[in-house]
Amino acid sequence: MARHIVARTSDIPPGGNKVFGVDGRDIVVFHVNGEFFALLNRCPHEGAPLEKAACVARLTSPEPGIYQRSRVGELLRCPWHGWEFDMRNGQSYFDPKRVKVRSYPVAIESGEKLQKGPYVAETFPVHVEDSYIIIET
Amino acid sequence: MSDVIDRPILAEEEAAKSRLRIIDCDVHPSIHAHGDLDQFLSKRWQEHLRTYGSHLRTPYIGTTPYPRSSPLIARRDAWPPTGGPPGSDLDFMRKQHLDPLNVEYGILQVLDLFIFSQQNLEFGAAIQRAINDWQLAFWSDRDPRLKASILAGQDDTQFAIAEIERCAKIGRYVQINVCPRANEPLGRRRYWPIYARAQELGLPLGIHVGGYGGHAPTGGGWPSYYVEEHQSNAHTMAAQLTSLVLEGVPERFPDLKIVFIEGGFGWIPSATWRMDRHFEAFRSEVPHLKRRPSEYVKEHFWFTTQPIDEPDEGKHLRSLIEWVGADRLLFSSDYPHWDFDDPRYAFKTPLSETERRKIFNGNARALYKL
Repeated sequence: MARHIVARTSDIPPGGNKVFGVDGRDIVVFHVNGEFFALLNRCPHEGAPLEKAACVARLTSPEPGIYQRSRVGELLRCPWHGWEFDMRNGQSYFDPKRVKVRSYPVAIESGEKLQKGPYVAETFPVHVEDSYIIIET
Repeated sequence: MSDVIDRPILAEEEAAKSRLRIIDCDVHPSIHAHGDLDQFLSKRWQEHLRTYGSHLRTPYIGTTPYPRSSPLIARRDAWPPTGGPPGSDLDFMRKQHLDPLNVEYGILQVLDLFIFSQQNLEFGAAIQRAINDWQLAFWSDRDPRLKASILAGQDDTQFAIAEIERCAKIGRYVQINVCPRANEPLGRRRYWPIYARAQELGLPLGIHVGGYGGHAPTGGGWPSYYVEEHQSNAHTMAAQLTSLVLEGVPERFPDLKIVFIEGGFGWIPSATWRMDRHFEAFRSEVPHLKRRPSEYVKEHFWFTTQPIDEPDEGKHLRSLIEWVGADRLLFSSDYPHWDFDDPRYAFKTPLSETERRKIFNGNARALYKL
């Protein structure tokens, strides 16, 4: 599994996202409540760019008139047809077994640790005090 | 891993795509700001628009009866970086839609200001006239790919005829649009003068879903949710197909071509089968019909593809296309609305090269004489 250092954690504000070209694919990284999630930047339905998706809560209703929000900001709603996906694993809400967005493991490592390893990226100035987002593909 | 996203594109599909340019029969341009219409509106109606605004034949002042699924029913990625509503910036439309999807022609369908549903028919007529001029000045003149439709609300039939005459003289419109939700069903005689003129001019009659005729959007009354109302677009189109056929419009106007826009096409087989069966039983009630209803449907009507019904199994969509007929289908994207169809991925079943050519290009080219 290849590891790609793509950005500093501070490059993506909370609630925001950024797209990275990795091995010819566009991968979008979301920052939600201090966590980072990486997904292929294409809806599996008709290919809409997920970077434009709404980051929404999971909305459930045990009975008419009662609404509950949970996992705020962790569900993606496709910018075109509104299909919802779980940011943690790319599963669709309505057909989790069949329809998924490919997701990638994300690691956050300190600059200090990276500097010691083999992944000192030439294109990224490494400040030892920073943390870096690493996508595994 | 998704079964859709990883589906490899067949070599022949790739080749067909690269050769085939798309004729998109449902592109929605928007007015950037109401002031853009000033140059096409008389002072009287400019003031009316500013003072009184839009009033529809529904009891919901200044809004639609249902919350839409997204602001201005638009794709979230279709808001122009320059500001203004989705569909209001030609450069952005070119960059996001016309160029990358290889659109050879886009047929404009304007919905702004609820053009066909104004309570005040005179105001509605003034807006239709202004928007007809605006379509040319702001869109067709600036990009020859974009073709305008003559908006002619049928409830003011006299105005509709006058507007059709005026625009036909200009000669740059490819279609005459009326509304599927009006005061009365479209087959009624009061609307026939419009059909007669459309036939004489050789312009197809376009019927795009939407509008509020003052009646509930479903035969069962007013639904609770937008998702229910959205479903009713198909019922409305089925009702209008039934009205047009059974009241004898194609029989009376054999050269009239009618295009149903944004109604999808999943409902057509059952609607026509049912009409045929009932016609056998009740033909004495409608002796003006000389042929089975399905024959009129096959020869006089075309249907734009979006929203494409997506059955769980692709083979059912395949059957549907065969039942309706690849000759009757016109590709449409509905750009920039939230249920936009991308021509590359909209059909969840393989199309033959012949079907692809007809649906994405050939049928529309012949129908609109492009």
